[in-house]
Amino acid sequence: MSTGQQRRTLPDAALRLAEERNRPTVLELRKVGCAYEKGRPAIADMSFSVREGEILCLLGPSGCGKTTTLRAIAGFEPVSAGAIYLAGRLVSSPDVLVPTEQRHVGMVFQEYALFPHLRVVENIAFGLQHLPADQRKAQVRTMLDMVGLAGLERRYPHELSGGQQQRVALARALVQKPVVLLLDEPFSSLDPDMTGKMREDLRHLLMHTKTTAVLVTHDHEEAFAMADRIAVLNNGCLEQFDTPEAIYHTPATPFVADFVGQADFIPGLVENGTVMTEIGEFPNQVGYQGGTKVVVMIRPDDVHIEPSDHCTAHILARQFRGSENLYTIGLPSGHVVHSSESSTSVYPVGTPVELQVIATHTVLFEQDHPRRPNG
Amino acid sequence: MRMKDNTVLTMEQSAGISVSPEGIVSCDGPWTLPHLAPLEDRLAAFLWPDGPTVVVNAGKTTAMDTGGAWLLQRSLGALQRDGRQVELRDLRPEFAQLLQIVSTTQAAIPPVEGLGARTKLEQVGFLAWNRLNQWKNGLAFLGESLAAWLRLLATLRSIRWRALCRSLELDGFNALPIVGLLTFLMGVVIAYQGAEQLRKFGTNIFIVDLVGISLLREIAPLVTAILVAGRSGSAYAAQLGTMKVTEELDAVRTLGISPMELLVLPKALALVIALPLLTVYADAVGVFGGMLIASGQLGVSFTEFLTRFEEAVALRHFLIGVGKAPVFAVIIALVGCYQGFQIRGGVDDVGRHTTISVVQAIFLVIVFDAFFSIALNWWGL
Repeated sequence: MSTGQQRRTLPDAALRLAEERNRPTVLELRKVGCAYEKGRPAIADMSFSVREGEILCLLGPSGCGKTTTLRAIAGFEPVSAGAIYLAGRLVSSPDVLVPTEQRHVGMVFQEYALFPHLRVVENIAFGLQHLPADQRKAQVRTMLDMVGLAGLERRYPHELSGGQQQRVALARALVQKPVVLLLDEPFSSLDPDMTGKMREDLRHLLMHTKTTAVLVTHDHEEAFAMADRIAVLNNGCLEQFDTPEAIYHTPATPFVADFVGQADFIPGLVENGTVMTEIGEFPNQVGYQGGTKVVVMIRPDDVHIEPSDHCTAHILARQFRGSENLYTIGLPSGHVVHSSESSTSVYPVGTPVELQVIATHTVLFEQDHPRRPNG
Repeated sequence: MRMKDNTVLTMEQSAGISVSPEGIVSCDGPWTLPHLAPLEDRLAAFLWPDGPTVVVNAGKTTAMDTGGAWLLQRSLGALQRDGRQVELRDLRPEFAQLLQIVSTTQAAIPPVEGLGARTKLEQVGFLAWNRLNQWKNGLAFLGESLAAWLRLLATLRSIRWRALCRSLELDGFNALPIVGLLTFLMGVVIAYQGAEQLRKFGTNIFIVDLVGISLLREIAPLVTAILVAGRSGSAYAAQLGTMKVTEELDAVRTLGISPMELLVLPKALALVIALPLLTVYADAVGVFGGMLIASGQLGVSFTEFLTRFEEAVALRHFLIGVGKAPVFAVIIALVGCYQGFQIRGGVDDVGRHTTISVVQAIFLVIVFDAFFSIALNWWGL
């Protein structure tokens, strides 16, 4: 998609960054807690902020509290601790609950929640009753063209495909010009081959309309493709809040490392300023003291293998993935690492191999305290 | 998990457990997943030897995976819980290691708290607390709708006329046939029952008083309200509940519209208008039914009936009957909508709350009717 790529390859990246930093904060959560039952919080101590025009992804496994967070922002769930600010206004705290209808948030629901007895145009115009008829018509028309639904305006929701229904839901929310658009697993009920196209279109549309959006998903690829920043959630707690690149390359916790892609953890020991492991030495980037027991996170794309007869590591399994071969390699100690190789290099199972690890992306965690000191 | 490659070859023989004449239990064969089902059956019916110490000889066990280890651990653990010593002999070190892993993993599962059986007193407490909360929620809903109503009356233009007219048609006009038929039959029934008694005394003309007062004051408003509760109250609960399940209610709110104003108030307003009108219609049809029976059974002609009706049935009976209708209307609409909003789970919850809405609405209608009777009697009306 053109807009997104242009954005990321601009030459004056530093300038752009500064400009983005200066954008006003639209949504802010401060130490928010939310509990359906007393003493059993669904989310706890959740703090992050979203700047104008930014796309934020809440990423996490099912049951981690990401949908609860979204519903708290929308005002469907009261918060039991902390505060939520929308466009500078306090909307949620243990004593305050501004009703959803006064928050000016737009929402695209997982099952779209279209009004089944209304046509596409009537669905989109539903929240515009306060406008005069000609303005209303004009806005709906613009919106229909923007989401690519022109020609389908007289249809009922059940006469549309899943992707088209989602476009209607999107148009219905965007035509309100919401302060922030909330999307609850927007691609989960679409066909997989459909989601790629919808993702691109959605990102383009959000950029074009300069909409601030919060998107909930359990799919890290979706989060990487869509988000400017990602908040990784686990067990109701925020694990890391950063850009997609930082989340992938420098995860703050082993959970994040494992959740956003294949990762192996190899134990090691800090000695003389480097980390000694059975697959080689790694730089001690974090500055742990000598003698500290650590684990090193390695991604499969950083490990390369070379068949070699006098090596103790050997291939345990090969998984063909089309564009690549993913090898599982057993080390003498019993630990396992994965290596991603080009799809043409095929080695049989059992081959002894030599490992070459490119140490640029490795991340260290202390063995007993699985959170990086600077994370 | 298979421990060694050569054990795979010996898996053809079957796993077993047996007791020797000396009272020593011996396990043999492969204790692996494919053999687990028959082994478990054996173990369930297995007679462990008596005595404080059970000796288990596992030397003939040729293979073991986590499933087998778990089964062995479970059986031995049960013995230990009975207070008996278990002596496990000759188990291969690699199997012993597996057994160790399985037993430590089991120990790590924390006990579940708070699921113990409640005492009677606790049950009563929980029940009372839930009831109290229900009443509190109900009252909060009543207050909220009252506030919304006042806001609405202050700004008349925000009334949703289309929703109101639609509700008037569905809940008022479309109810005419069934309300008419039933109150007609009520008139017939009352006249029949009265005719039996009145004929004995030769006071046939009093059939007019009987039919007129009972229908206008009590029967017509009550029957109409009950019918509307069954038709419309349940429909409200089901409609709002379904919208809640499909998240349409949430969607409405994100569009800046309060579901109260969009859905509840037009329905309540429509019923407040429709129910008194339906009651008047029911009065007319019911009295007509009584009139037919009076002329057929008691020889009271239509002219005589209507003349007597004017004299005997005071206007206040009619007004009291019609005056109760708006109160019933508010009860039915609010109970139906409230139950609709209460739906939390899925589609089966919709059915449950629909039923509750009808039962509660009819219950409250009759309670309020009784209350009216007592109060009006107090004031001598």
